[in-house]
Amino acid sequence: MLSNIGIGLVTLILILSFLIIYTASLDLKTSRQSIEKSIYKLSLFQTTFTVLSFFTLIIGFMNSDFSLINVYENSHTTKPFFYKIAGTWGNHEGSLLLWINILVIFSYLFLVFNYNHEKKFRLYTLIFQNILILGFLFFLLLNSNPFNSIYPIPLEGLGLNPILQDPALAIHPPLLYVGFVGCSIYFSAAMASLVSGYDGKLFAQSIKTWVKISWCFQTLGIIVGSIWAYYELGWGGFWFWDPVENASLLPWFAITALMHSLVVLEKRNTLYSWVIILCLSTFILSVTGTFLVRSGILNSVHTFASDPARGIYILVFLSLMIFSALSIFFLKYKKENYNFNLKSRETFILANNWFMAFFLITVLIGMLYPIFLDVLTNKKISVGPPFFNIVIIPLVVPFMFLMAIGPKFGWIKSQNKINYKILFLILGAIVINLFIFYFFGNYSLLSNAIFIAAIFLILHSFLDARKLINDKNKTGLPRIISHLGFGLLVFFIGINHQFSLEEDFNLKVGEIKQINSYKINFENIRIKESKNYKAIIGNFKLTNLKNNLVQYLNPEIRIYSNPETLTYEAAIKTKITSDFYLTMSNVSRSDYYNIKFQNKPFMIWIWISALMIALGGFIRLTLKKNEY
Amino acid sequence: MNISISKIIIFSFVIFFLFVFWRGLKIDNNYNTLNLIGNRISNFQLTELDNDHQYISEKDLKKNEHTLINFFASWCAPCRSEHKYLLNLSNENKEIKIIGINFKDKKNNALNFLKELGNPYNFVGSDSDGKMSVLFGIYGIPESILIDSDLTVIKKIVGPINQFQYDQILELVK
Repeated sequence: MLSNIGIGLVTLILILSFLIIYTASLDLKTSRQSIEKSIYKLSLFQTTFTVLSFFTLIIGFMNSDFSLINVYENSHTTKPFFYKIAGTWGNHEGSLLLWINILVIFSYLFLVFNYNHEKKFRLYTLIFQNILILGFLFFLLLNSNPFNSIYPIPLEGLGLNPILQDPALAIHPPLLYVGFVGCSIYFSAAMASLVSGYDGKLFAQSIKTWVKISWCFQTLGIIVGSIWAYYELGWGGFWFWDPVENASLLPWFAITALMHSLVVLEKRNTLYSWVIILCLSTFILSVTGTFLVRSGILNSVHTFASDPARGIYILVFLSLMIFSALSIFFLKYKKENYNFNLKSRETFILANNWFMAFFLITVLIGMLYPIFLDVLTNKKISVGPPFFNIVIIPLVVPFMFLMAIGPKFGWIKSQNKINYKILFLILGAIVINLFIFYFFGNYSLLSNAIFIAAIFLILHSFLDARKLINDKNKTGLPRIISHLGFGLLVFFIGINHQFSLEEDFNLKVGEIKQINSYKINFENIRIKESKNYKAIIGNFKLTNLKNNLVQYLNPEIRIYSNPETLTYEAAIKTKITSDFYLTMSNVSRSDYYNIKFQNKPFMIWIWISALMIALGGFIRLTLKKNEY
Repeated sequence: MNISISKIIIFSFVIFFLFVFWRGLKIDNNYNTLNLIGNRISNFQLTELDNDHQYISEKDLKKNEHTLINFFASWCAPCRSEHKYLLNLSNENKEIKIIGINFKDKKNNALNFLKELGNPYNFVGSDSDGKMSVLFGIYGIPESILIDSDLTVIKKIVGPINQFQYDQILELVK
C-alpha cells in the first residue's frame, strides 16, 4: 500500500521535472518580462509531492510497516519511537529521498525569492536544478528505491545499527544534507549565469543568502558529527582525519572561500570567474564525497551505505556534471584583470581563499593518495593524522594573523598604517603564551606559534567586539563571533592536545590503578535490561588524590539484540575545566576488562567555540544588512 | 571553444581522477585472509623495538625453518589471552621462531607488557605507525602469520590463538 503511494509520488515528481524543464524552455523564447504562472504552479506541486513522498516513508517507519524492504532492513518494533523516525534517513535509500527533497525545496525557494532578478537567469537555474533532480530521481527509482516492497511481509525488522541510535546522529544527516545538497542551487545558478550572461554584482546578490544558509548548516552538521563521534564511538577523540570526515571538509573549505570572495564580487564587481569556479566545485566536491562514501571505496563508519553498483551510477552522474560544468565554463570564460592594492580588503579576502585552497588540496591529496596507490600499484597505505598535522598546522599560524587584521582594511585602498595596538596585542599574546608555557609545561616551537597566533586572534576579536558596543552599525557582529570562535577553537584544541592524559590498561573487578594523581577503583559490575539491549555497567570510583574529590564513572557494554551488536558506551564526566573519559571493553576468555582512561582539558570549550563559528553564520542570516 | 594547453591539462586531470575512481570500485576492500595464503612476503624489514639500530629482514627469515609473525599491542586485551600459547610454543618447539610486531603502541607500554607476561619472541619489531601491518593486510590485532623458509605464508590466524590453533601450528611445522 505505502509502496504504491510512494512510487506513485516519485513518478509524479519525475513527470513534473520533465514538465518544468519543458515549459521553462518554452518560456525562455517569449519576450515577456515575467516568468509564466504555470511554472510556479508546477514547481509548487513538485515540492508538495516530494515532501509528501518523504512523509510517506516516515509513516512507514513510524508504523513499522515491514512490507517496505527499506523499513524491514532498517527498523524493528522494539526500537524507541524517536529512532524509528530517525531511521528514515539513517540508511542509503531514505537519505537519498531526503537528498531529493532538499534539491526540490531549494529549487522552489530560489525561484520564488529571487523575483527581482532577470527572468532568463532564473529559468536557466530552474532548468539546471531540475536536471540534477532528474538524475537523482532515476538513481532512486532504478537502484535505490526506498519504496520497494517485499512479500510475504516479514513479521519483524532487522533493526537499526545501534551506533546510529543516538540523538546527535538523528540530526546530523539532515543538517549535513541541507548544507551539502543546498550547494546544488548555486551550482545550477552558476551554470545559468554562464549561459545567460547574468554576471557580476547581481549574480552575487542572487546567491548570497543560499551560500550563507548552506555554510551554516554544513558547519553545524560537521560539528554535530564530531560530537557524535566523541560521545558515541568511544575512540576518545573528536577528529580523526577519517576519510569520511575529510570528505565533509572538502566542500566546507570551498564554500568558506566562496562566502568570502562573494563579498568581493558584490562590492567590487570583480573575481567573477573565481566565484563561479567555487560555486561549481562546492557541489562537485559534495557529490564526490558522497560517491567515495557510498560506493564503499572509502572504509569508515559510514559503511552502512556502501555498494559498488551505486558507485557506478554516482560516478557516471559525477562525470557528466564535471564535464558539462567545465565545458560551459571554458566556453563562456572571459579573462578578467585583477588589480588589487596590497593594503585593501580584497587582497586579504583573496589571501583567505588561497589558504582555503591550500587546505582543500592538502586534505584532497591525503584522502585520495591511498586510493590512487591502491588502484595503480596495488599497495595499501593509510594516510593518518601525522600527515595532516604536519602540513596543515603550520599554515594555521599566518592564517589566524591575517584573519584578525584583514577585516580592519577598507576596500580599494586603505591608509591603514601598522597600528601600535596590533603590536601591543602581539606582545600580550606572547606574554600569555609564556605564562601557559611556564606554569603548565613546555611544548614545541610550533605549538608556541599556534598559541600566540590564536591568542592574538582572540584578543583582537575582543577588541573589535568592544568597539562594536559604541558603534551604531552592528553588522560586524557575525564576523567577529565566527572569527573569535575559530581563534578559541584552535586555542582549546591546542590546550587539549598538549595537556591530555591518556592511559590504556587492563583491570579486574576489585583492582585499583593509579595514574598520576588519579586513583581508579573498579568497584563492581551490574547488569541492566533495557528495551532493546542488555547492558553490562561498570562502576568505577575515581579519586583525585590532590583534593580528594571522588567521582563515579559508569561505562557500559551494550549488547543489542536486533541486529546483535556490541557497543561500548563511554562514561564521560564533563566539567567546565576538563572531561573525564572512561571506556571499558571485555577481554574474551578472561576476567579482565580493557580500560581506556582519559582526562581531556577544556573539551566542552572545543564544542562551544566550534558552535560559535556556526552561530556567527546564523546571526548573519538574520541580519538584513551586511557588513561591508 | 579554442583549445589551449591549460584546458587539455585540466581535462586530462579530470579524466584521470574519474578513471581511478572507476577502477577503485573494483578493489576488494575486505581483506580476505585466504588470499594471503600461498603468497610470498616481500619488502620485509623491521626495527627492533628497544634498539633502533638493530634490524631484521627477509634474509634472516630465510634461515628459519618456520617463522610465526605475531602482531600484538599492550593495549590489546585479547593479546593477553593468547600470550600463554606463544610462551608455550617458544618453550616447547625450538624449531619455530616467533617474531612479534608491536602494533601502534607506545614503546614503554610494550616493554612493560612483555616484562609482566614474559617474552616469547625471538625478535620484537616495532610498527608504531602500523605501516608494516598494513602490508600484511592486518585489520585487527591480534593476528598471526605462519611462514616457511621460502617466505611463503602457510597459515594466517585472525584473532587470539587458542588451543585448537595452537595444535594446528604444531601440526604444520612438524
